[in-house]
Amino acid sequence: MEKAFIPKITAFLCKWCSYTGADLAGTSRLQYPPAIIPIKVMCSSRVDPVFLIRAFLKGADGVLIGGCHPGDCHYQSGNYHTRRRFAILQSIFDSLSLETDRLRLSWISASEGPKFASVCNEFTDKITKMGPNPTRKNIFL
Amino acid sequence: MNKILITDQGAEQSVVEVLRFLLDNKKVGGVLTLRQTSKKGSLDYGLLTRSEELDRAVPLMPVMPANAAQILSSLTPAKKPIAAVVKPCELRGFVERIKREQGSLDNVLTISMTCGGVIPLDISIKTSKNKLTPKYYEQVKAGEIPENIRPTCKTCEHFVPMTADITISVVGEKGLDSTCRFILNSDKAASMTEGFGRIEDGGLDTKVLDDHLKKRQTKNKNLLESLKSQLDGLDGLVDIFGKCIGCHGCSRVCPICYCVLCDFESRSFDQNVTFYEEELTQKGALRLPPDTLFFHLGRLSHMSFSCVGCGQCADVCPADIPVASVFKKIGENTAALFDYVPGRDVEEDIPVMVFKEEEFKELGE
Repeated sequence: MEKAFIPKITAFLCKWCSYTGADLAGTSRLQYPPAIIPIKVMCSSRVDPVFLIRAFLKGADGVLIGGCHPGDCHYQSGNYHTRRRFAILQSIFDSLSLETDRLRLSWISASEGPKFASVCNEFTDKITKMGPNPTRKNIFL
Repeated sequence: MNKILITDQGAEQSVVEVLRFLLDNKKVGGVLTLRQTSKKGSLDYGLLTRSEELDRAVPLMPVMPANAAQILSSLTPAKKPIAAVVKPCELRGFVERIKREQGSLDNVLTISMTCGGVIPLDISIKTSKNKLTPKYYEQVKAGEIPENIRPTCKTCEHFVPMTADITISVVGEKGLDSTCRFILNSDKAASMTEGFGRIEDGGLDTKVLDDHLKKRQTKNKNLLESLKSQLDGLDGLVDIFGKCIGCHGCSRVCPICYCVLCDFESRSFDQNVTFYEEELTQKGALRLPPDTLFFHLGRLSHMSFSCVGCGQCADVCPADIPVASVFKKIGENTAALFDYVPGRDVEEDIPVMVFKEEEFKELGE
């Protein structure tokens, strides 16, 4: 029997909001796919676009950044910078015709366990339909 | 209407005389200008403090052996006034460096020109000075785009310097061999050149410059079209950057790459056996040295919005990769997200340093 494709989605989750939200999803026994590989960061603005590029080129089928809602950043303004950086990276991917849909930014607060689960489900569905990242096979990079 | 300084000598000689005037009258302590290093013709930038040294100066030469933005960044804050003759993109690059606290316009008299373009290094190093410029100036004086200039110059829409104290009118100036017009844009320019010569009211010929701009814009559109077909996803990227040997020359000569320790030069990217083992487990094979595309994509994400399109990177690339065209195009797209133009205004913040509370509403929801 052919094994179904289970994507690998690297998720950078900010400790104060998204990671806690993910934890809440877990304790509430909400199902979300095993595709998600969480990485805790102190703030979503810790995520240098280079992290996303590294994950993408290494073969991650999807990359997700989870941060606090704008205005609610634990460090006041980190997530505003994240948003701008993400917009820049999206624009670069678009201009190069790389699969921009594999990158995702989501504001998930600490109390939004259900939102975390639904964003993960939705994103994983989309990535599964897109198939494995071509970078997986490409040894050049 | 500005004040303009008009001379009755050819442009190159006039600029040398202005520099001589500034040095001899102690208006400045030094001048930064292109000069001929040796009789055989190699060219470089020099910081000259005595007017005798001006006999080898070629301030308007259409070459860029180094990007003056890097040079000015290391020379400033200047303890004594200096005058610098630089091209518009070099000035914009310098402004971008100043925004990153690596330079200052204080004590610097910036002299720039309406730029007809720069001849690539591989041509200028092989051709003697006398053979280099006649055809070039023939076309520039007629308001045409010269054949043998950098591709990024052919498509550059910012050839009128944005913030210079003095702008020398070059593009479209039919009388360049016998007269020269210096547009004095600032009080500093007027006071430093007082007593040099004939001053009149005037400005740049906007019609000639607009016509030239249209030609550049057409070339830019064509470049975008040709790039679009090349920048076709992962395979396209591998095709373009496949020849990259990882020398990082592009980053080294870039006026914008400002990091004292670049990520990609640091130990973080000094790969070791564990990394290679991981890659082999995942992919079964490995291209060496690794991280080629990673370097270029990473550099784009760090500095593309400040790219001034000087073309220095492609000039030095030993593998003939059109780095400059790719970076300039991507840079224009990322800067446009914020209505940003690199080098336009030294008071304008770099897009990644600031934010608006309400923007990019569609991201994150």
